[in-house]
Amino acid sequence: MKPVISSFCHVKNNTVRVDAESQFEGDPLLPFPEFASSAFRHLGVAYPKFFKMDNLSKLALIASEYLFRADPAFLAVGGENTGIVLSNYASSLESDRIHAASIASKQAYFPSPSVFVYTLPNIMIGEISIRNRITGENAFFVTPFFNTNLIVSYVNLLLEEERTKACLCGWVELDGPAYEAFLYLVVPSSGTRKNSNFSEHSTDNINLLKNLGFGIL
Amino acid sequence: MDALIEKLKREIIQQLNLVDLKPEDIDADAPMFGEGLGLDSIDALELIVLLEKTYGIKIKDPKDGKEIFKSIKSMASYIHANGKS
Repeated sequence: MKPVISSFCHVKNNTVRVDAESQFEGDPLLPFPEFASSAFRHLGVAYPKFFKMDNLSKLALIASEYLFRADPAFLAVGGENTGIVLSNYASSLESDRIHAASIASKQAYFPSPSVFVYTLPNIMIGEISIRNRITGENAFFVTPFFNTNLIVSYVNLLLEEERTKACLCGWVELDGPAYEAFLYLVVPSSGTRKNSNFSEHSTDNINLLKNLGFGIL
Repeated sequence: MDALIEKLKREIIQQLNLVDLKPEDIDADAPMFGEGLGLDSIDALELIVLLEKTYGIKIKDPKDGKEIFKSIKSMASYIHANGKS
């Protein structure tokens, strides 16, 4: 039997939804940084490191925090058995631009280490991993669209070959004011989950759930 | 020296994005790394950038870093002895 999607989280339009139910609704006029702070504080989590991250990693961490909170059993397989496979199109462009601006002038050449470390999109996987002690298989793909064929093939193979026992997957995109995170949890079909409404991990189901979160069918 | 310590606290809070911390929350004698402020290696690099950018000081021997950044007070002493404040 194919692996299944056990839960999903969608962060978009200053709203956080898990399994299509609203978890947090921020002021729609707030820019992303302010929304991110309010969404994170709403969790009541003491993790000051969040505020040092760039916006892309903050987006990924918010989505993962809400998702793991909704499905805490997901991490029960252990960090070493948990994989993370994420993707986007804009890569780490926002941090890239900030870094490029900081080294543009020879007279005022002061690159910031805390900006530079985020000039790779897979750092968001690192931040989620550090927070949750995940040390399993991980990959990040930069593709012009959310390539569900690629993700499904890769992740299903990981699970079927038991390279990992559970996998956090999805799309985390941020470029300028536009942003969207869609994360979901994939487990073997034989796993015991919090509810019985699981969807097979397939391209059709991923697209359905991604659009379901915000009422678009 | 007290004025420099207070100025340094504000600069460190801003440079390191220490949200939720105010200067009065920080003990100038407390360790900056490990315990105390709990800064990490990236923060250490940011402090080196802060020394150069704001105070015009380049640390010549990296081995001196441990003592210089032991606490905000030790950092202020180093700035007072080596650069414009």
